[in-house]
Amino acid sequence: MTEHIQTTAFSRRGFLIGSGSAAIAVAFGSSLGSASAAGAADIGAFVSIGADGIVTFICPASEMGQGTRTSLAVIFAEELDADWSKMRVAQAPADAKLYGNPKFNNQQSTVGSYSVTGYYAKLRLAGAQARKVLLLNAAEAWKVPVGELTTEPGMVVHAKSNRKIGYGELAKTATVPNPLPEVTKADLKPESQFRLIGKNIDRIDVPAKVTGTAEYAMDVQVPNMLYGSILYCDVQHEKPVQIDDTAAKQIKGVVKIVPLPVGVGVLAETVEAAFRAQEALKVTWTKTTPAQTYSNDGVLADYRTVAADWSKPGVDMVKKGDADAAVKGAAKVVTAEYFSEHLSHVCMEPLNATVHIQGDKVVVWAGNQAPGTQQLAAAAVAGVPPANVTVNTLLLGGGFGRRSDGDTVAHATMLAKAADGRPVKLIWTRNDDMMNDKFRPLTVQRLEIGLDAKGDVVGWRHRIVNESYLGRVLPPPVFQRIGMRDEVSGGGGDMNYAVANHRVDWVRAARGVDVGAWRGIAAGYTKFAIETIIDELAAGKGTDPLAYRLAMLKDDPRAQAVVKAVAEMARWNEKRQGRALGLAYSDSLHSHTAAVVEVSVDEKSGAITVHHVWAAVDAGLAVQPQNVEAQMRGAMVFGLGAALKEEVQIKDGVVQARNFDGYPVLRMSEIPPMDVKVISNDSEPTGVGEAGVPVIAPAIANAVAQLTGRRLRHLPMTPDRVKQALG
Amino acid sequence: MTSIAFTINGKAATVDAEPDTPLLWAVREHLKLTGTKFGCGAGLCGACTVHVDGTAVRSCQTQLSDVQGRQVTTIEGLSPDGTHPLQKAWVAAQVPQCGYCQSGQIMQAASLLKENPKPSREEIVAHMDGNICRCGTYSQIIAAIESVARG
Repeated sequence: MTEHIQTTAFSRRGFLIGSGSAAIAVAFGSSLGSASAAGAADIGAFVSIGADGIVTFICPASEMGQGTRTSLAVIFAEELDADWSKMRVAQAPADAKLYGNPKFNNQQSTVGSYSVTGYYAKLRLAGAQARKVLLLNAAEAWKVPVGELTTEPGMVVHAKSNRKIGYGELAKTATVPNPLPEVTKADLKPESQFRLIGKNIDRIDVPAKVTGTAEYAMDVQVPNMLYGSILYCDVQHEKPVQIDDTAAKQIKGVVKIVPLPVGVGVLAETVEAAFRAQEALKVTWTKTTPAQTYSNDGVLADYRTVAADWSKPGVDMVKKGDADAAVKGAAKVVTAEYFSEHLSHVCMEPLNATVHIQGDKVVVWAGNQAPGTQQLAAAAVAGVPPANVTVNTLLLGGGFGRRSDGDTVAHATMLAKAADGRPVKLIWTRNDDMMNDKFRPLTVQRLEIGLDAKGDVVGWRHRIVNESYLGRVLPPPVFQRIGMRDEVSGGGGDMNYAVANHRVDWVRAARGVDVGAWRGIAAGYTKFAIETIIDELAAGKGTDPLAYRLAMLKDDPRAQAVVKAVAEMARWNEKRQGRALGLAYSDSLHSHTAAVVEVSVDEKSGAITVHHVWAAVDAGLAVQPQNVEAQMRGAMVFGLGAALKEEVQIKDGVVQARNFDGYPVLRMSEIPPMDVKVISNDSEPTGVGEAGVPVIAPAIANAVAQLTGRRLRHLPMTPDRVKQALG
Repeated sequence: MTSIAFTINGKAATVDAEPDTPLLWAVREHLKLTGTKFGCGAGLCGACTVHVDGTAVRSCQTQLSDVQGRQVTTIEGLSPDGTHPLQKAWVAAQVPQCGYCQSGQIMQAASLLKENPKPSREEIVAHMDGNICRCGTYSQIIAAIESVARG
């Protein structure tokens, strides 16, 4: 299977023209208004079938390594009954109306592990509808009732007359009815007939990724383009005051120095000249943002005070029963505080964007998780209507939440405005990328668990204090409309454990450091708190943590099955000499994930070694089981780094780590053996890409507690912090 | 500005640039061979790994003047049609996720197998430890290299 990615995303109109008479453009849309179409009314244009039989699926989600171009194409191809060897994928343009995710507010955003979850039903219907169009055309050509026709991969078949016709052949002369034929769930294949969904299909993007031909935004080459670089202040959001560009201007190849509201830009004929000029700039900056006094330790101490002060109300994220009263009236209250430091995304591909302003039109090339956001960002800076901005979404060299923001494209557009009509490719150095990251928020959590005389939970109060992501990116009226509830920063407090009185509130801090979505989102820290206190509660009751969880999950057989599966994989009841096991469970992403880790601790240095990880995941129907496993492995490596090593320290507003030497992501030598079990069933698919992250840190902390009796509550669990905890 | 001539993927090339320009930018932006990736600019991640006279180097830490008259091989030149045993093994093991680091990983692995066709797991890890994969595909990388070493 060779990949055939069209790097120029086409508008729907352009796509119809480009497909020409030799192709069938199956357009879905407004003409299909019937309610009986099971939500099909909003389905957009997902396929082009060439006369050569090549079926090009227009992928609405961004490929950042999670395998979405394959998974979504598989779902569509299944119902189209396409010949997989003839499937190709092209990337959709920015058009939320056609390509929005039904389970993500119809936004065209590749976030929250929502792509398969959200597009599953929509793409099955769209595939079935395209198949129906082909059937109708064959019926017309052969003058037979459509009911006598069936399909086999890539072919319409009339068994009665022993005739077959390929989809490509049909496409040559096909007419597309308007309105399109209605499709409902009754038109879908029974799961027992799936040929593609649930099978292991090689990823469509892989061949190009081993030959260097896969195209990322970093690789975009536009004729006559300039290279852009921007010198930013060490403290985010400060502005240039005085600029000395004497030396920078003398560098060969430098075209222009451009003062910008966000820094000082350089336009140059070569990338090396752009970077050299950035280094040669001498700039003084404003000192006005609150971040000037931002240092992790001080902020963390302030957050602790806020977390403990229940008189200061937060925003309720979960409210079930009366947790306040239950905790107040409890026989015993277990209180614990949890801290987690900032984390950086460090996508392997530093952020970059190419922007070309052509009169009142703008073309953007970017690896991004939200093309609509890029469109708005470029439009706002260029001063044109969003419809005038074409966004080409290329492969992403990592996303992990960082590429949802529109800042890089906005800055590239600022440079393009100064480029006299020439395209500009803005490349961030690793330094630029790390200092301008939208970090996982530094977070303090406080849990107060009320217990009855038997040690059973009667009330659960959980407070989360951190900086807001949605409060930063959403326009204030929109944020108000959602009740100023930030599910990204302050979410993840909900849980499947049977607790009658449950309250999670989130207190928004505003200290001037930008935060964002980081793989796993809030569950990355909330599950650390929840899952470690669960172990503590189990210990308080003298119950095994596995048995305790199974009891707390008594109403959730799928959750129980996952926990039991991982316990069996890890031989939970077997004692380990000098080592211990720790368990954690997560219901994040509506999936069930559990992990067991085996650890040892060097008490002298405080270093934790993870010797083995076992994980089980039930994300409903596994569309691509082998890829689910790969995603779990990758996410667990992410989780291990976050648990043990990664942290961003900010001192007086200045990010300290600027490259991989100061920000140690895990390397090959640090990876333990990992065993993953994928449990597939006939429930609709749920999130996978992030599922492996949240369980790792609490499983490690629980194992350390098992081994040493000490509870670790501060992420990452670096040797220093472990030593301190061991006393 | 100097004209520097070398061989890249078996073909003669000349780049007009400052002699201390990183080879990475000469390859990627001057010669438009974009399979070699920019990751850190400091020799810390391995995404930019190419071969100079058969040895794996970080092209971000190699000056253009250093390759004058020498043989440079990038991922595009590792095999004429993407069928180097490692490339085939990478596909078979479905190694890449985002894929951005994989050109560097494959070039680094190729230099290992050239010198040591049957490396142990420890030798593989030691040789590959300078190449970061943020997606965490390390276990699949090891499996792919081992499958080639097994033959």
